[in-house]
Amino acid sequence: MNIKEIAARKEKLSGGHRLCPGCAAGTIARLVLRSSERDLVVANATGCLEVSTTIYPYTAWRVPWIHNAFENAAATLSGIETAYRVLKKKGKMDKDIRFIAFGGDGGTYDIGLQSLSGTLERGHNIVYVCYDNEAYMNTGIQRSGATPLGASTKTDPAGKVRQGKPEYKKDLTAVVAAHHIPYVAQASPHNFIDLLKKAEKAIETEGPAFINVLSPCIPGWGIKMDSAMEIAKLAVETSFWPLFEVENGKWKLNYDPGDRKRPITDWLKPQKRFSHLFKPENAALIEKIQKHVDSEFERIKKLSLM
Amino acid sequence: MTSKINAMTGAEATAEAMRQVNPDVVPAYPITPQTPVMHAFASFVSDGLVDSELIRVESEHSAMSAAVGASAAGSRVMTATSANGLALMFEIVYIASSTRLPIVMNVVNRALSGPINIHCDHSDSMACRDSGWIQIYCENAQEVYETSLFAVRLAEHCDILLPVMICQDGFIISHSVERVETFDDESVRSFIGEYRPKHCLLDTDNPITIGPLDLFDYYYEHKRQQAEAINNAREIIPKLAAEYKGHFGKDLNFLESYKMDDATDVIVVMSSTAGTTKAVVDKLRAEGKKVGLLKPRLFRPFPAHEISLALKGKRMVAVLDRSDSFGSMGGPLFSEIRSALYDEAEKPIIINYIYGLGGREMMLDDIEGIYNEISCINSQPEEKVKYFGVRE
Repeated sequence: MNIKEIAARKEKLSGGHRLCPGCAAGTIARLVLRSSERDLVVANATGCLEVSTTIYPYTAWRVPWIHNAFENAAATLSGIETAYRVLKKKGKMDKDIRFIAFGGDGGTYDIGLQSLSGTLERGHNIVYVCYDNEAYMNTGIQRSGATPLGASTKTDPAGKVRQGKPEYKKDLTAVVAAHHIPYVAQASPHNFIDLLKKAEKAIETEGPAFINVLSPCIPGWGIKMDSAMEIAKLAVETSFWPLFEVENGKWKLNYDPGDRKRPITDWLKPQKRFSHLFKPENAALIEKIQKHVDSEFERIKKLSLM
Repeated sequence: MTSKINAMTGAEATAEAMRQVNPDVVPAYPITPQTPVMHAFASFVSDGLVDSELIRVESEHSAMSAAVGASAAGSRVMTATSANGLALMFEIVYIASSTRLPIVMNVVNRALSGPINIHCDHSDSMACRDSGWIQIYCENAQEVYETSLFAVRLAEHCDILLPVMICQDGFIISHSVERVETFDDESVRSFIGEYRPKHCLLDTDNPITIGPLDLFDYYYEHKRQQAEAINNAREIIPKLAAEYKGHFGKDLNFLESYKMDDATDVIVVMSSTAGTTKAVVDKLRAEGKKVGLLKPRLFRPFPAHEISLALKGKRMVAVLDRSDSFGSMGGPLFSEIRSALYDEAEKPIIINYIYGLGGREMMLDDIEGIYNEISCINSQPEEKVKYFGVRE
């Protein structure tokens, strides 16, 4: 992978869009699109990325792009990819095109899960990228299936008797891996070479591919405007968000911090959504989160050794 | 042009039309009573009789979502559904028309849940009457077959570019064997032609953005254009119908007047019950009674002017609706017709019969009973909406 060459490639998502300053979603989309020089067609679920990049009569997209609804980016893309295959079969299409869907965690973990599952099971030659900002951020920070335990959101705010979300985050990447599709990965935008490589691999995969990318959210997580990449990095170094791939059923851990593994508090502390956890009476909750992170990381590590 | 006489169900006639159209993509999900359409078409796919890709999706929501994607990509798309399936699609039904995608969908009419029921009424497609789709209701398998061919041209017309819903009565039409005249493949294909969209997603040299966020500064104008597009169908349908006649030598009558000329009392009804009503009109005519049938086929856009003309000078009009519009001033067809007659100086007496909900049978005697009832009414009754054949 030649970074200089990649950096010189044409920008496919222009500046001037209305994502929040410091938002990771735009970076993720740009990196994914930059990873390939093929002709691409993009489907986008309703969400931050969609509303901020296509306020009519403007568009930030320099590739063909469609938004249909919230829960159906995968099904929509499956229709596009099928149309492409038929037109190619009929000799009406001579191009070589690849297809990418972008959806947030709401559109992917929750309301769009059925549409995604059906598309994966049917084996369409597409890439689905989830930018996971761990809540419904576009509608104003409501809890989703991707919200981690203990996070305060507008629909499950930390209060006198509730300490934010009491349930663990859904392990969507494993759910997707259970579809036994050729390529599944978890990535983080701070490690852009890793993300570029995974995106390129996903695009070159014949059949369905899925990448789950952690996408720190400035207002939703209550973090500094210039800290998205730093927070993403901490998620990986605390093993909250392990980087791994599942290629043709083979699990591979991409990064093991080993002795340098940092405590989960390093990741929780800079985020306002977790600030209530640092009250003395919530010490047990932090311990619970740490244990869960440790056991999940060990599980992936074991799977990688198999 | 050569034609062939077949014994076919409405579902088979639908699938045969689809085979001849040979659409690029058919995303579909099974639901009773649409299933035999899918079965027949899936056999065509498995036997290599079509080039179409059948996307066997995991829900109707995904069926319409994939239809939107495939159509926006620039391919010709057809699908079929019924009742709860259409209801599950509802969100994307609106998006399909608003995105101006010429998708053709056969709706095999079935009562909407709840309670769950698999038999015919029009509550499913009538729930979509404001969705911006062109809607055509069919009396029999022959109409289903011919309308399915015609709809492709209608949807793809450059001054329309809207999806079309072709409705047939579940079980009554979809599962009954009738005489159906089909045309040869070559004639059908020369009428249908190729679909060449001006803009599409697969034109990667000219990237376009479809489905952007459209706020208070433009949304309204786009809705206005949509209203214009469906109204354009009023003028384009007769032109296309003339072209159709040139190809197949047949009239496609979107508002059928049956023994209406000297009729004083008229029954207005759509779909299969219109066929039953024809037999009743014949019997009553033989007895010297001046009764006629008016059968609207096009429901969206609504042919208000043509219906007013057809009902001019009539004494009594009974409008039969196979769905209710709860809390309104009668069934959907009745409300439209009553509104259409508002501009007339001399209005007929008009009443509404809601009938056949959940597949409740509508027999010859029932329709004769309705005639006998209306023939005795001499002034506009207070009670305009009646529930026919219900136990109360």
